Amino acid sequence: MASYSTNEFKSGLKVMLDGDPCIILENEFVKPGKGQAFNRVKLRNLKTNRVWEKTYKSGDSLEGADVFDRDMQYLYNDGEFFHFMEPENFEQHQASSSTVGDAALWLREQDTCTVTLYNGAPLAVTPPNFVELEIIETEPGVRGDTATGGTKPARLSTGATVKVPLFVNQGEIVKCDTRSGEYVSRVKA
Amino acid sequence: MPALAWQPSASLANLRHRAQILAQIRAHFASQGVLEVETPQLCPATVTDPHLSSIGVPGYGYLQTSPEYTMKRLLAAGSGSIYQIARVFRAGEVGRRHNPEFTLLEWYRLGFTPDQLIDEVAAIACIALGETATVRHRYRDLFRAHLDLDPLCCPIDALSAAARRHLDLAFADADRDTWLELLMSHVIEPKLGIDELSFVVDYPPSQAALARLRMDADGQKVASRFELYHRGVELANGYHELLDVDEQRARFAADLRERERLGLPAIPLDRHFLAALEFGLPDCSGVALGLDRLVMLAVGATSLPEVMAFPASHL
Repeated sequence: MASYSTNEFKSGLKVMLDGDPCIILENEFVKPGKGQAFNRVKLRNLKTNRVWEKTYKSGDSLEGADVFDRDMQYLYNDGEFFHFMEPENFEQHQASSSTVGDAALWLREQDTCTVTLYNGAPLAVTPPNFVELEIIETEPGVRGDTATGGTKPARLSTGATVKVPLFVNQGEIVKCDTRSGEYVSRVKA
Repeated sequence: MPALAWQPSASLANLRHRAQILAQIRAHFASQGVLEVETPQLCPATVTDPHLSSIGVPGYGYLQTSPEYTMKRLLAAGSGSIYQIARVFRAGEVGRRHNPEFTLLEWYRLGFTPDQLIDEVAAIACIALGETATVRHRYRDLFRAHLDLDPLCCPIDALSAAARRHLDLAFADADRDTWLELLMSHVIEPKLGIDELSFVVDYPPSQAALARLRMDADGQKVASRFELYHRGVELANGYHELLDVDEQRARFAADLRERERLGLPAIPLDRHFLAALEFGLPDCSGVALGLDRLVMLAVGATSLPEVMAFPASHL
């Protein structure tokens, strides 16, 4: 991999730090009018999600990390591994439950999600920002109550639980934001 | 490209505010009989400071990082007190508070002590910020108060240990001034001038740049240099100007040796500047103030693009 100097640091750049792949979140250039320049860099370890704030001398460099995001189709879960496929070349990848993490709650077979590969193996899985899923369990709806703003829990076909308005019923399809875990709207069948 | 990417990054209200501050600064200097001058931004020679990187223009020389050398040639020629609102250029300086091209308000006052010039810097800052109290701190006292260290004589290990207590550092060896600059810019500076104009005086001799040296009240040799901080932002840097041409030559030579050690390109010395010093510079104090940053604080902004029409990110 190429190495990157502090003046090439920007948010989103993936670099190696202490043997682990990290993503740069923020890079602040700090320089006295007279004197040495520094870069104050906030990084997130992509394996542990730990956030670091490190100070570098400007001009220092870090090795790039072999980390890429790929759109893949989620195929199935065999009880131990989640299986994904790259749609262009049909290449399949398997990821453990700990790699998939909470994304598993939003994954429906055949849907497309983002798989982050590190040295060719899945490192993380990100569901689409918005998903449309069926409610498989919730208390019966309150007819006509669209104004009071009350909510109730609803379990979705993929396992996630979201708060939905009282008028939404079991069996309906709802649109949710996977980043916040919140209900967005009902989807007309 | 987004459809409105051609538009300025600063609001028109901020640009009007900026123009108003510029007009008031010009009025101040006119009332004091200080002459406005313009000197070249493009010169065959440039600054030797190892921590400043000039932008080279093939066939012509360098875009200037400050108008200091040419303004001092005017002073030696008998101009009297002068000021300039100068566009200057520094390679590689990009960030919330840095832009490779920016505006310096630089001025020199004949016969002024640094203390008198500090009063005028405060008056200029108040033009933009409104009435603001002023405090003066010795560099040495700040390190004692914030870090319990004497920056002039403590061992270098004590500086690096203090830095490691406050920061997660990704580098190991560094010289004494690197540690001092790191502690100043990362630990002390953010706490300076929260409500007031905070002037730091009496720098370590190794950070004298173009300031003369003197003995302070404790009998320690210090640089007759000051800086202004407000709300954690470095705003201005001033000197009781060095007049001794031999000392100036020695500092240039030291800079060039340091540049060689760091693997940086050699810089042609400004022989006209040295000849002017040889002829004789009148006793004076001078200061450079970052005008974009002053306007930024005046309008309550937190980044330079809010007060510059077209920063590097919009070109």
